[in-house]
Amino acid sequence: MGDLSAISGNLLYAAFFLYLIATFFFGATIRDKKRAKSRTAGNIGISITILGFITQVGYFITRWIASHHAPVSNLFEYTTFFGMMLVFAFIVLYFIYRVDLLGLFALPIALLIIAFASMFPTEISPLVPSLQSHWLYIHVTTASLGQGILSVSFVAGLIYLISQIDQSKTSKHTSWLEFVIYTIAAVVAFIVLSSGFSALNYQSVFQAPIEGQQTEITYQMPAFIGPADGDLVTEGAMQPLIEAPEWMRGEDAAVKLNTFILSLLGGLLLYGVSRLLMRKRVGAFLQPMLRKKVNPELVDEVSYRAVAIGFPVFTLGALIFAMIWAQQAWDRFWGWDPKEVWALITFFFYAAYLHLRLSRGWHGMRSAWLAVGGFGIIMFNLIAVNLVISGLHSYA
Amino acid sequence: MNEITCECGHVNPEGTVLCEACGKPIEGNQHINGNEDKKLLNMRYDGSARRSQTYNRTIVDKVWNFFSSVKVGVWLIVLTLIASAVGTILPQEMYIPPNVDPASHYRDQYGLLGQIYYQLGFHNLFSSWWYMLLIAMIGISIVIASIDRFFPLYKTLKKQKPKRHELFMKKQRIFGVTEADQVDLELYKKNLKKRRFKIYEQDGHILAEKNRFARWGPYVNHIGLIIFLVGSLLRFVPAFYIDDFIWVREGETAMIPGTEGQYYIKNKDFILETYNEDDETDARFKEAIQKQGGPIPKTFQTNAVIYERTDEIIPGKEPELAELKDTQAKMNHPIKFDDFALYQASYQLNEFKEMTFKIHDKGNEDTNYGEFTVDLSDPKNEYTLDSGYRVEIDNYFPEYEMQEGAPVSVSKYPKNPAFVFTLYPPDSQEAETSFLGIGANVDASGENDYKIGLVNFDVRDVTGLTVKKDHTLPLIALGGAIFMIGVIQGMYWNHRRIWLQPKENGVWIAGHTNKNWYALRQEINKVISGTHIQEPRDQYEKKE
Amino acid sequence: MKEQTLKKKRKRLVFRTVILAVMAGLVIFALISNAKEENSVIAQGEQAPNFQLQKFGSGGETMALDDLKGKGVMVNFWATYCGPCKDEMPYMEELYPEFREKGVEILAVNLDSTELVVQNFIDQYNLSFPVLQDKNGQVMDLYNVSNLPATLFINSEGEIVEKVIGPLTLSKLEGHLQKIVPEE
Repeated sequence: MGDLSAISGNLLYAAFFLYLIATFFFGATIRDKKRAKSRTAGNIGISITILGFITQVGYFITRWIASHHAPVSNLFEYTTFFGMMLVFAFIVLYFIYRVDLLGLFALPIALLIIAFASMFPTEISPLVPSLQSHWLYIHVTTASLGQGILSVSFVAGLIYLISQIDQSKTSKHTSWLEFVIYTIAAVVAFIVLSSGFSALNYQSVFQAPIEGQQTEITYQMPAFIGPADGDLVTEGAMQPLIEAPEWMRGEDAAVKLNTFILSLLGGLLLYGVSRLLMRKRVGAFLQPMLRKKVNPELVDEVSYRAVAIGFPVFTLGALIFAMIWAQQAWDRFWGWDPKEVWALITFFFYAAYLHLRLSRGWHGMRSAWLAVGGFGIIMFNLIAVNLVISGLHSYA
Repeated sequence: MNEITCECGHVNPEGTVLCEACGKPIEGNQHINGNEDKKLLNMRYDGSARRSQTYNRTIVDKVWNFFSSVKVGVWLIVLTLIASAVGTILPQEMYIPPNVDPASHYRDQYGLLGQIYYQLGFHNLFSSWWYMLLIAMIGISIVIASIDRFFPLYKTLKKQKPKRHELFMKKQRIFGVTEADQVDLELYKKNLKKRRFKIYEQDGHILAEKNRFARWGPYVNHIGLIIFLVGSLLRFVPAFYIDDFIWVREGETAMIPGTEGQYYIKNKDFILETYNEDDETDARFKEAIQKQGGPIPKTFQTNAVIYERTDEIIPGKEPELAELKDTQAKMNHPIKFDDFALYQASYQLNEFKEMTFKIHDKGNEDTNYGEFTVDLSDPKNEYTLDSGYRVEIDNYFPEYEMQEGAPVSVSKYPKNPAFVFTLYPPDSQEAETSFLGIGANVDASGENDYKIGLVNFDVRDVTGLTVKKDHTLPLIALGGAIFMIGVIQGMYWNHRRIWLQPKENGVWIAGHTNKNWYALRQEINKVISGTHIQEPRDQYEKKE
Repeated sequence: MKEQTLKKKRKRLVFRTVILAVMAGLVIFALISNAKEENSVIAQGEQAPNFQLQKFGSGGETMALDDLKGKGVMVNFWATYCGPCKDEMPYMEELYPEFREKGVEILAVNLDSTELVVQNFIDQYNLSFPVLQDKNGQVMDLYNVSNLPATLFINSEGEIVEKVIGPLTLSKLEGHLQKIVPEE
């Protein structure tokens, strides 16, 4: 068994690097001066992507065999699967529209997601009784596929925004675009900080009262924000600058807040340095590279097509299959659990998107912003709802 | 305003934007779809006469038009979306611990934010009247907007003629003029057929159309949503929906609530299994189990017998029961019988069932003057031991607590039993009274010779089951299924039309689709290959 | 032509009104049902549903509500582990002989699960009115009682005249009992 899960882990690494290499090939397509003339770089890119995808499927299957249940049962497994579905959705849309640039943006996003996933505990976890159902993987995989396809809509929307926003002056559009880019930088910072400190085996332990009981709290990063009324136990570790507010309850609340703030600061640093080097807005820096390659109408259509394909899949997986399972496991098909509500919010959001697009003619820029917003909701549901607002679905 | 006769001779209903038959923009109505001064026609609903745009006199019309608007619909969706999001900031009332006062719970746990949250009713958002009203208004909007759009659109698409007005052709997004002597129309038609277009001809004008049914997708999915909402509404009717809960102790037979005394359940055994890292099959979870620190449950299961009552149902009367089935309830595998389902929902472990006591000398625990066992759910008044000793139970407290210096019971469940025993030794010595509970053994007079001590006890588990009857499920499932069919129908197929007009020295060609224009152009390119028709241009793209 | 348009217009108005009315009706139904669900108990003015329970200290003798047709009946739900219930027992005992003469029966439905405890209690308080055993809480369930003590006053026609949740004082108890004395 041990061998199999080791193989599985290595396959995931391999897939990660294949996606990385494919990204560079898609990057090389920018150098082709003329639109859609030489397809060599793009063809190599997509081939490597497919190879990477197959490798990741290999990871999925081996891990399934090792754990005897579909590996979508904790945050690590679910998030890697989501990354895989994003790649899959990208491959599908690539073959419909053949937009090389899509790969240049979709793959890095997938890479970030997979890297983000591996920040969570990766060991194979047992299933509590409510999860012991075939609907676990029917529901989760379909929902995740839907989210993956919808995310491609975000990728296309982002390409649209970077290439089309008027960068000659500062506007709401440019500021929000910079905000999106900064958010991505903060995620990168989180991954770098987490993996960096865990490679150094950094630990600082506190004693703090939780619900009236002295509890040991372990930080894996320097504690800028200590637990309320906590005492540092580890010698030589940094003393916290401030304490977490009293109302933040739960064992890990202060740890999470600390990680969150550090990631934001790290993101700020990354973003700030990039801006200093580029001497202009990051969006303005990227625009000239894309401008010539992008056919705005086509990218807009890709973005919309992704929603058109993804919306029904998402509804089926995240709402309908979810209801069937909930009916079996918890005797009600709907319980207003935060995760359920956020799935419903996602559904409402894309329903609004479709109505605005079909009936009120929201194309291009507006549509692209909506796609970004939708992805924001999906990410919120994946991260914030799991880690902050807990409920039945809380994996972590 | 009255009906409008177009120059092609077709009579259109009031409010028509584009002639139903030939597509000619009808003068004076172009503002409805915002077509004035635009190079291209807005093809929404094919320019059919949406009634909401036309009649606006009475209150009824005004209300109707309000709900018919997509803008209003989107606003309702957005409001519901925001409200739902706010509702997840703090846990809903149903997820806070039971037996606490919600008002103070929210205040104590979350401070001022919690207090405001509670005051505004967000703690119970999803059953609040205004949230329900929002959902209901979305429902109304769906019905009215669909009625208002479906019928005119259906009529228009049915009445459309292949022969189109020139203005209609020119103002299409995809439009091209071909000047050539030899246009191979036969090949064109053959290509169209190969790509599964339906072909309509009129005086040499050709209309090729496919997937018109995709246009009905939105209306089908709206019907599905309405059925779903009606199904949810029926849950308020008790005949359709019962939701109850029952605790059953091991060995106990209890009436199943919600069945009006018809059915009983016996809890034979409740099983809680946890993952064991030393077990061979669970070894793969070793790391996770160690990390968790506590036991991770593997199975919750109740082995049960379901009985049906055979005599006349009088509540309280001892029933005559006939066994219906011997079965088990597990998570994800409820027990089903008749219209009911029992779901494994909760449990309590290790409630006391029996206690065994022994009589010994006060100063010497090794002496033994006999033992007796008390059934905690049915203790006897007195126990006579073989050794001649007799014990009377003067008082029994199933769950005792000391209140104002005296023991009282706070429930009927033996969670913390205590007794007042009087011991009568055989040789007519004086009777001795003592109080005995867990962690308490009090000698009433202080001069007792004997002591009664607990030597053994037996426990049992309690299972908690949800009782459900739900006749709304089929309707809700039907609604969901229809919704999915509708969404797929509307999203995965595209309604495409290509018009061809013969001209003296060539042809005009125009194309329209409800979505995915790039894909339409690709398809047109395939259709015209080899026919000498030139590739039409996307006039929208050219603009930028 | 004009007449036709008018007719059409009227038809449209009727159609729209009907659809709107139906939907408004459904919405109102939903809102009312939703508001009502929280406190669905057997209400005053309803017929008291029948039940049959074993009497304590009688060796298996049962009593049914229907057997007491023509009498006023007070049904008191109580348990030994409920403090306020104990307080009102003496009042009931005090008034019982007088009202029994007037044709009112008191049924004390007990929710304990062990007979020993109840028997001790009956002996201790010297209760003379019938104490019935509702071990599994079926009758309590039937009457949708969720908190103890709870008392129902049923008149000779079997109609619930008054429902009191929580403890009663002597004077209140007397007042309610007066209301269910059968008329001669």
